[in-house]
Amino acid sequence: MGKQYIIDFGKYLAEQESRIVYIIDIKGEAWREIGTLLGKVRRLKESIYDIPENKLIEEVEELDSRIAFLERKAAETLSAAEVVNIVRNPQRFTLQDILENVYDSFTELGGDGECNIDPAVVVARATISRRVKNKIHTLQVMVIGHEKGKGEEFRNGGSAKPWGNEKALRYMRIAEREGIPIHSYIFTPGAFPIEDYPGAAQAIARNLFFMAKLKVPVVSFISEGGSGGAEAIGLSDFRLMASRGYYSVISPEGAAAIEGRIREGEKVPRQLVEHCAKQLCMTAKSNLSLGTIDRIVEEPPLGAKRDDFSFFKRLRYEVMRATDEVVLKTKSFRALRAYAMSRQNRQEEKIPEEFQVHIDWNLTDAEKQRLLELRSQKYRAMGQGFKEIKPSLGKRLKEVKEATAHKIYDIRYGLLRQHRRTVKKMIEEMSSEGQVLLRAFTEPWRAAYDFFIPPTPHPVSQVNAQSPGSIFTLDWEPYVSPLANEDRTITCPNAEKYGCQDLWVPDLYGEFCGVCPTCGHHFPLEYRWYLENLFDKGTVREFSQDIVSANPLNFEGLDKKLEAARKRTGRQSGIITFDAEVCGIKMVAAMLYSDFRSGTVGCAEGEKFVRACDRARALRRPFLAYIHTTGGIRIQEGTLGVVQMPRCTVAVREYLDCGGLYIVVYDNNSYAGPVASFLGCSPFQVGIRSSRIGFAGPRVIRETTGEDIPPDYHSAKNALKRGHIQGIWDRRDFRKNLFEAMITMGGPFLYYK
Amino acid sequence: MQIDIDKLLEKYRSHPYQDYPIYSPHTGIIRFKVKEGDAVVGPGGKWLEKPGTLLYIIERERNPKKVTALFDGTVADLRMDLNGEFIHAKERVLTIRHRFTKDEVIDRILKDVLDLFSAPQRARYYLVPELSARLEKKEVQVPVEPGSECIIMSLMKRDTLLKYDGERGVIYKVYFKNGDLVEEGDPLIGICKPEQLSFVQTVVKKIRDEWEE
Repeated sequence: MGKQYIIDFGKYLAEQESRIVYIIDIKGEAWREIGTLLGKVRRLKESIYDIPENKLIEEVEELDSRIAFLERKAAETLSAAEVVNIVRNPQRFTLQDILENVYDSFTELGGDGECNIDPAVVVARATISRRVKNKIHTLQVMVIGHEKGKGEEFRNGGSAKPWGNEKALRYMRIAEREGIPIHSYIFTPGAFPIEDYPGAAQAIARNLFFMAKLKVPVVSFISEGGSGGAEAIGLSDFRLMASRGYYSVISPEGAAAIEGRIREGEKVPRQLVEHCAKQLCMTAKSNLSLGTIDRIVEEPPLGAKRDDFSFFKRLRYEVMRATDEVVLKTKSFRALRAYAMSRQNRQEEKIPEEFQVHIDWNLTDAEKQRLLELRSQKYRAMGQGFKEIKPSLGKRLKEVKEATAHKIYDIRYGLLRQHRRTVKKMIEEMSSEGQVLLRAFTEPWRAAYDFFIPPTPHPVSQVNAQSPGSIFTLDWEPYVSPLANEDRTITCPNAEKYGCQDLWVPDLYGEFCGVCPTCGHHFPLEYRWYLENLFDKGTVREFSQDIVSANPLNFEGLDKKLEAARKRTGRQSGIITFDAEVCGIKMVAAMLYSDFRSGTVGCAEGEKFVRACDRARALRRPFLAYIHTTGGIRIQEGTLGVVQMPRCTVAVREYLDCGGLYIVVYDNNSYAGPVASFLGCSPFQVGIRSSRIGFAGPRVIRETTGEDIPPDYHSAKNALKRGHIQGIWDRRDFRKNLFEAMITMGGPFLYYK
Repeated sequence: MQIDIDKLLEKYRSHPYQDYPIYSPHTGIIRFKVKEGDAVVGPGGKWLEKPGTLLYIIERERNPKKVTALFDGTVADLRMDLNGEFIHAKERVLTIRHRFTKDEVIDRILKDVLDLFSAPQRARYYLVPELSARLEKKEVQVPVEPGSECIIMSLMKRDTLLKYDGERGVIYKVYFKNGDLVEEGDPLIGICKPEQLSFVQTVVKKIRDEWEE
């Protein structure tokens, strides 16, 4: 140690203390008796003036080598839970450090510090430059990210409120209009779970829906990727991740509380948290092997801090390189530059001072189209952690038959009808023009004729459609829930408020369809009731049954749980996808139901949903998502489950862009990930009476916000008041309303329009 | 009217309770979950979402219905002889005896001795600025004359001046804050005759000093 470093012993010892505290934060005080070392440094700090200088230098040097040794050892044995500790450490770099050290200059938009619609979300226009053959090229980007703050409470730890995500969306639109790439930086433990407008779930869903077809390159960087909150700005063409970051479906504490069935307010055992962190495969390496990220940005062994300038230099290089790669893939003429890039990539250990090629980040219309196609392909290929039963010969024949049918539909409703429409429209235009011309000549004669012989009124032609009756007037014997096979009475939960009489169970679940005749409260009914009574008799035909829920992360205990669910339901996943008809109108439907792992969405469910969406697109049919219940993303599938959010949203966006009709109907309980993505993005969302819709349950809200919520916080009524859904349907009118919706909504793309 | 302080206090002292008789909602077999003298609490939580103490379960047609306390108090007159028996509808099964708090006694006495001016309908209410200013200055005797305009009723952006129609007196208590939404029939102000003011003040003081909770 040179003397120049120890001019100020006090300062130097304070740094050493900080390094030890950092290790303690990560590994705990008991690790290698590091607590005693901290005591020694503190004692040395206090007695700095009592020890001779030579002795002090010796002591400091010994401490220095000891701390360096411990840092090396600590980095060698980092567990997943310890990585989480690194990410949450106040010494870790934040977005502000990135803006200052990665970009040449920046201007913050939509707020400054505390004077902000949501200080947890920071947006900035920034410039970043590169040197190619001694020439400087300056490029503009829109930076959107979470700011955890440096001890600033108002930043809310990077937990974006609904209006924060809406703010991000606003600036994504601006970036798209201006044609500049977006760099998004994810530093969030999760979205702030409140339902105030625009609503946590709905805001994320809208962001995902927009980002699915955002016509500029998007590169994201994950340091702390907390589930839905991360996805709100994370749907991108290239996903980078910090080597000491985490990206997870749920915090390890949350997973531990669920797995260990820990009661609210009770402390979650540390061992269980560590176990869950390991099981969730949340580290950068795990995510890279799962394919949920594209590249890891290497940090120092114990994570980058605010003053790790070499890390910022690497990050700067990586985000530029990622943007280049995204842009280059969209170019039709790129062979030489791609070769140059690949050569450059091989030298990634050392950060080059200058780039070998300059790639302009502006895209032409054709390139934008290519960018969107690539993004769609990228997300469709993600999160494939399901099993597919090998199809038999009969099934293969069926597949061939279906593929042929799709082609026929393409020709019939796509190619031919398009031309027919054009011709029809031309004839209509010409005939309207002719009518105006003829009218001038025929009007006086017609008026005279009408004077002598008054015209008889013509009957108004009616829409030729089958009018649906109520459930009671079905042409077939309605299905009655087995719940009705009990000879007893039941009390309505609103009895005290509305004076509801006790209900005889056979009446309630039979004639009353599970609805209290006094107050209209809907008692839950099994999903089969809807399958049998909502659609025309015998029209429900399931598909994608060969896709089976699996345990892609080998999460302990999940296999048993899946087996139990299979035994109970006789089904292979938490979603049923099928073709059906309502009053003669053919449709494709997806149904998440409660009996199979509480309707949680994993890889199999996501795949089936995407296939259903594609099928509806190919067959030009309306698409119904009936959510009997969903508990969110299946946590045991980790980020493979989380990526189903953007994945399914991309499929929905493509279906809607073609002019389809996507109706979402929520029943019972619909929470979390699915609502915050492929369900919440639907333009037509309806709740069945007495259902509950939201982002997080009451317990999570209490634990996150520290505030209690009223019992009806998530009720369909309140969701309607907040504008999250567009209506509330009575279960008994479901069939009628669905038919009317299909007749009155949706674009001309649909086969019957 | 002359107020007999001791007599008034004696009335509340001799029976410092409000009794809430609990009746069976319908026929059925009853099983008590409380004992005579047990303390029970009414619904709790910010939105009264947490049910009160479970009093009994009444079962009819294999539908066991839990009946919980709607008031704080103690269980009295428990019909233990009915436990496990079939009972008829509207039969008194127990009483919740709620002991008055200091404030409740004062409130009740004031309602007995003051001339109350109540809200004619559900609306927002304001004191006229003159009265409001005088009360803000903590004036002890703010007089109100019969026929004088003392309160503004604000409903659907239309303000109506309400005239006091009772006997002449001074404002002893205002039951609302300016701009509060008051339900129909709820008291707005309590008027005390000037000559009774000292009596009322003495009663309130005596209760504050002597009432045991």
